[in-house]
Amino acid sequence: MTTDAVRWHQKVLPVAVVLAGVAVLWYVAAVGLNAAGAIERVLAPKGAYTTGDLISTTLNMQRPVLPAPHQVATDLWSSMVDWPLDSPRNLLYHVAVTAESTLVGFVLGTLLGMALAAAIVHSRTLDRALLPWIVASQTVPVLAIAPIVLVILGSLGFSGVAPKATIAMYLCFFPVTVAMVQGLRAPQRIETELMHTYAASRNQAFWMLRLPSALPFLFPSLRVAIAAGLVGAMVAELPTGAQAGLGARLLTGSYYGNTVAIWSALVMSALLGLALTAAVAGVEKLVLRRRPR
Amino acid sequence: MNAPDRLQGLSAPYPQADPTSAGPAVEVRRASVVYPSADAPVRALHEVDLTIAQGEFVSLIGPSGCGKTTLLRVIADLEPISAGEVRVNGMTPREARLSRAYGYVFQAPALFPWRTVLANVMLPLQIQGRDKRACESIAREQLGRVGLAGFERKYPWQLSGGMQQRVSIARALGFEPKLLMMDEPFGALDEITRDGLNDRLQQLWQRERRTVVFVTHSIAEAVYLSTRIVVMSPRPGRILKVIESTLPDRRTLDLRDTPEFMALAHEVREGLAAGHGHDDD
Amino acid sequence: MNGGRVRSALLALGLALLAAIGLWLAMPGEGAEPAGWMTPAFLATLVLAGWSVQRTAALDGQRWLGTATAALFGLWVLFFWQIGVTLYQVPRVLLPAPSFILQALVDRWDVLAGDFVQTVLKAVLIGWALGSGLGFAVGVAIDRAPFLQRGLLPIASLTSTVPLVAVAPIAVMWFGFEWPSKAAVVVLMTFFPMLVSTLAGLQAAGRLERELMQTYAASYGRALLDLRLPAAMPFIFSALKVNATLALIGAIVAEFFGSPTVGLGFRISTEAARMNMALVWGAIVVAAVTGSVAYALLVQLERRIAFWHPSVRAAA
Repeated sequence: MTTDAVRWHQKVLPVAVVLAGVAVLWYVAAVGLNAAGAIERVLAPKGAYTTGDLISTTLNMQRPVLPAPHQVATDLWSSMVDWPLDSPRNLLYHVAVTAESTLVGFVLGTLLGMALAAAIVHSRTLDRALLPWIVASQTVPVLAIAPIVLVILGSLGFSGVAPKATIAMYLCFFPVTVAMVQGLRAPQRIETELMHTYAASRNQAFWMLRLPSALPFLFPSLRVAIAAGLVGAMVAELPTGAQAGLGARLLTGSYYGNTVAIWSALVMSALLGLALTAAVAGVEKLVLRRRPR
Repeated sequence: MNAPDRLQGLSAPYPQADPTSAGPAVEVRRASVVYPSADAPVRALHEVDLTIAQGEFVSLIGPSGCGKTTLLRVIADLEPISAGEVRVNGMTPREARLSRAYGYVFQAPALFPWRTVLANVMLPLQIQGRDKRACESIAREQLGRVGLAGFERKYPWQLSGGMQQRVSIARALGFEPKLLMMDEPFGALDEITRDGLNDRLQQLWQRERRTVVFVTHSIAEAVYLSTRIVVMSPRPGRILKVIESTLPDRRTLDLRDTPEFMALAHEVREGLAAGHGHDDD
Repeated sequence: MNGGRVRSALLALGLALLAAIGLWLAMPGEGAEPAGWMTPAFLATLVLAGWSVQRTAALDGQRWLGTATAALFGLWVLFFWQIGVTLYQVPRVLLPAPSFILQALVDRWDVLAGDFVQTVLKAVLIGWALGSGLGFAVGVAIDRAPFLQRGLLPIASLTSTVPLVAVAPIAVMWFGFEWPSKAAVVVLMTFFPMLVSTLAGLQAAGRLERELMQTYAASYGRALLDLRLPAAMPFIFSALKVNATLALIGAIVAEFFGSPTVGLGFRISTEAARMNMALVWGAIVVAAVTGSVAYALLVQLERRIAFWHPSVRAAA
């Protein structure tokens, strides 16, 4: 087999088969779960029905228990295409709202985390007094503080992007700090001693050795951070009357029992998560392109 | 051949009639191992012929790539042959493996860190389905024979490299296989430890006269331990020369300074050089 | 230990303690205005406290000194939080005093206990056990199906980038408002990390060790039980620990999306909207303590089972 054929067989084919299997299961489940409601509301009043009728009805219901894949896809597509981009009926508008908070929080959290990590690595006091608390905080559901943060910021007069970005920011901050500290400490003794023999200043040692060594540790944590930031941004949209954003859409969908809308928002948020992580991975590839794999 | 997959508590390691029968322990006839690769296929072994009688201590020696490890692994059914025939006690390597006819010692101790030293030695016995108390007493005895009595409850990481390798040997000997295969077992150890282990292995072999196939790249080790030395060379992997040892059966470490020893070592060295010189043409 | 350093640390600690006690005693009564000199005194004590932490951090030698420094820092934070909030009469909505939170914990214990049972003991525990168990079972089941592994592994890894908590409304639709819907969300969130880690762990046994089992003609099941599962334990525990945090977050956030009238997440979101800070902070403390304790318990369990792994030995 040529290497391309091998690659296809090894990597793409299994995933494609599994995804196809999932799609088939989804359709079967849709028929199964929607059957009761379909029979009761649509088919029985009309009299006798065939299996074909049952299948086509269950896969195209208004308020299904489980919408079929094509229903979700159609709803997604129509919401993106039928409405102008700044309309709240367009899912992309909500994507933009959520993405904005996520990205702002992510950038701030990353910068803060990197700065604090640099400080911790250079200060024994911070290292011994503060770092253990930051590490311990990873076992604590920090997201639980979100409602309070929103209330506090709201009472201080902040609204819009700021409170949501704040929550995304502190969710991104912790993993980045821990990973960055680990990364800045990664250079082995032999390398730091080399810099010492060059009489390099602390600054030079930081920029020329520690920071580059830290990057392979930083990027995996950035992928974790942006996923966490996205969850934070979506959760932050809930309490504020759920006006805009993917989290808000999920909530309004569940309030009005609009199943297809919930699924559309869910799929869209999954795609957003994938896109954001892919973007970080893309930057990682660019920055680390000259390193051995 | 109906060698069962799992033998429940049999005392003999394999179902053949009489383990002390006259047949050779290992017979290799025109065995070849070829690996396909992008450019040209790699001939790890090329038409190797070798017969090893019961009770012999045979060393396979040569530079890297000469196929000595491949030959050992083929006999142990860890790798398939591409052509030729291999027989272990009259059975195919697979049948021999399934009937637990041999013990194998790897280059690294390969001890399980979650088991105590004693539990590690018990491992093959447990797999063979023997009852726990029997396993334990056999394991204790074997540990004693390699000089590690008292270390039963330690964990592998608490032992030095040499001690770990001794545990590995005790484990291989635990179920009394008639054939023992060792792949550079002392390669990772320092010379002093190595000498001690060589001596110990010698004494163990003297006592029980098992058939041993021993892979090494140390000339002194091969000469000290073996009754026969097989010199191999690479590209393709083949046997260059088989040297019968003229040394007495009972050996001690000061034997290594005798002229007889040196002559034998010299002969081995020449054989290796010939193999090498061949390649540089 | 360097004698001079110990002396200076003790000196700093002593001075800081004296200043703190003095500050505490000089606190004005309820609602009274602080005297003009209180702020400089506050700042001076702050400086002394910082110096004491710095001196303690500089000490070498015993291992407990690291923990002691962190603990000292934590205690000082609590102290200045308490003093600062009382002194400057910070609104309760913004930041309540630690004493207030403690009082709330005691007063509303019954409510919080009910929330704990609902969220932690039901949704989190059951969801975590079920999700991790399923992930493990599927991992072992597809161990001999490399095609399925190659198909599932990339998808399972990608799910960590997706906000899985977003399925909460759907879970509510299918399983109702009570805790089973939250547990369902937790099952989904914990399943994939466990699957990925189980697959990785089952590959962890070294090549030599696997060949050793081959020379023993060990059956597949025997090799799994004696070698591959024990070797996989460090990976499985790492996933269990990660899953504990994910489970807690998942259950709490799932409750943000809609819940019966009990539950930590419900308590936090509804009481925050009502500005009822006592209950909110009480619930947060319960959630935080639960997370830390659960993690610590898992670490202890790991120490017993994966005691042999270098990472566990190094930490011990």
